[in-house]
Amino acid sequence: MSTVVLLLFTGLGLGALYFLVAAGLSLIYGLMGVLNFAHGAFLTLGAFTGWEIARRTGADNWGTFLLSLVIGAAAGAVFAAFTEFVLIRRLYQRHIEQVLVTVGLSLAAVALFDGIWGTDPVFIQGPAWFKDTTDILGARIPNDRFVCIIAALLVLLAMVFFLKRTRYGMIIRAGVENRSMVTALGIDVRKAFTLVFTIGGAAAGLGGVLASHYFGYVSPLLGGSLLIFAFIVTVIGGLGSLTGAAIAAVAVAVLQQFANFYLGGTGDFVVVLALALVLLFRPTGLLGRTS
Amino acid sequence: MTTDTDTASTDGGTTPQPGINRSRKPDAGGGPRWPRAGFRGRAVAVRAAGVAGVLLLVLLPLLNISLPGVLPGPTYTPGSLQLLAMCMLMAAAALTYHLLLGVAGLLSFGHALYFGAGVYGLAIILQNLDIPLLPAMGLTLLIVVVLAHVVGSISLRVSGIPFAMVTLAFAQAGSVIVGRNPEGRTGGDEGLTLRTDNLPEFLVGVVNTPNLYWLALAVLVAVFAIVTWVQFSRAGHAAAAVRENELRVRVLGLQPYLVKLLVFVVSAVLVCIIGMVFLLLQSGAVPRAMSADLTITLLVMVVLGGVGSRWGAVIGGVFYTLLDQRLTALANSEAVKALPDVLRVPLSEPLFILGTLFVLVVLFLPGGLTGTAERLAQRRGGRRAEQSREILEEAA
Repeated sequence: MSTVVLLLFTGLGLGALYFLVAAGLSLIYGLMGVLNFAHGAFLTLGAFTGWEIARRTGADNWGTFLLSLVIGAAAGAVFAAFTEFVLIRRLYQRHIEQVLVTVGLSLAAVALFDGIWGTDPVFIQGPAWFKDTTDILGARIPNDRFVCIIAALLVLLAMVFFLKRTRYGMIIRAGVENRSMVTALGIDVRKAFTLVFTIGGAAAGLGGVLASHYFGYVSPLLGGSLLIFAFIVTVIGGLGSLTGAAIAAVAVAVLQQFANFYLGGTGDFVVVLALALVLLFRPTGLLGRTS
Repeated sequence: MTTDTDTASTDGGTTPQPGINRSRKPDAGGGPRWPRAGFRGRAVAVRAAGVAGVLLLVLLPLLNISLPGVLPGPTYTPGSLQLLAMCMLMAAAALTYHLLLGVAGLLSFGHALYFGAGVYGLAIILQNLDIPLLPAMGLTLLIVVVLAHVVGSISLRVSGIPFAMVTLAFAQAGSVIVGRNPEGRTGGDEGLTLRTDNLPEFLVGVVNTPNLYWLALAVLVAVFAIVTWVQFSRAGHAAAAVRENELRVRVLGLQPYLVKLLVFVVSAVLVCIIGMVFLLLQSGAVPRAMSADLTITLLVMVVLGGVGSRWGAVIGGVFYTLLDQRLTALANSEAVKALPDVLRVPLSEPLFILGTLFVLVVLFLPGGLTGTAERLAQRRGGRRAEQSREILEEAA
């Protein structure tokens, strides 16, 4: 029983990370039709910035941790806004070329991170509380899992609030549904593009700082490895659907943890298998629109 | 060297396409007959130049030509031959990617799976079974044919960007297997060393690098021929038609799914063969051969060269491989090490320069190297560039 609870919470923590990456990906794809390969680079930059903050301000207290979360998210957001403004916007309506540009950017960015911070993983210290465990139903769960879960829940709530209750949220939702109609109404969708990229980048940067505490290290390849699972989550959840991304992130991560434990480390395969099955029966994903 | 896509669209004829009308329009400036004659003459000239080029490449290991700055030594030395052979294998691999993207409009992010399956499949079979090279290659090929059918038939249920993501996921699964090192079969991060017991003697050792070079050249020529044949066969035309307008092809009574699957499998099988020769050339298997990075490298080569052009793929493959080699040498040079950090860090990362170059090409040089060369020569003023962009957008 205790093992099941432990796996469940570890899975939820990992799912939270997947969600933070996939949410941005899914919104960007839904609104702009761009598969953003540079999203992993936003995450890695967030993680490294958070690490730099922790290193320079003497690490292990809550103030530093919160500061690193904020600065990490800001770094991701600035990088993302810059990407949209300088690269994506120039290739208006040219979706594949937009994807290619993000591919090139991610190559260059990861190489630059290699050059600045080195290729070896650097280890990170969090508040002492992270190292403790909390007892739930006999399972000793590392505390950093809860931090990831709470942060992802807050981001989900904030995003839902933003999308449902604010004017820009409404424009973005309408743009995801039918962009040409929104443009025809005389609304400038381009601002919405930059905004969505910024929000996605902020979520990825936040995810990067949390991921560095979850895994205990930062490396230039951190973003790339999470990005692949975020892609899978996005496809399973249905492209463009935030709720779909949330459900799929949790399902994929929990499935992965259980398969890793009970089926001899086959978690990654089971996830790809799940992707294949979802595609066979629902090509548009769990909550994707049927076209 | 510029006629390939032109014939692709004018000789096509399986479906009426808007693109064809435009390309048949005679040039406004020239007389009505002259461009056609020039076109034929150029095709002959290109073929002659191609044959002469291949002959020169065949003779290269026997000659003593130095290209300082490009090759590490005179052309008969093993180091230079190794690099040239690598260029040719990468050009061939880029050609198979051209078949996917340029012909069928399939933006796959999982092409490395089949290359890696060729590399690791052959390496593992040679390690564990006591059979000669050719049966081992046949067995690997059989596995890849089955694998490509399974993965292709699932991923082709979606198209465009979702297709890219799904193929990436499958390739990642392959990459994970290699990294996990099941039962010590793949060697994990270390990779595998080629076991040479059952290899014919003329393929083993540094002394025999010229033989491996000729093998790589033969592979490139054969892949070019097969890709040309497939592209201009009925299936190739149907694939190009599917790329342009899938619905119309379906209405005509053809099955887009089967056509795309065929191109997918052919391209996978070809790249698997290239992977096997790569294993012989490198005398070992490395995890990079099955990584997403490799697929992205192939994509970068094709886009650098010019999407939709076979010569573009070849030129892109050779150019990228040489540049990668040169930039690595530059990164380790004393001149770069002496620079201040702001310049030293970016310059010592070859991928940073290649990535930036790639972004610049996509932004400012649509049509890649071949398209730009044509525009500079002002032959068909930017047509290739437009064509490349159209092919790319049709993949979406």
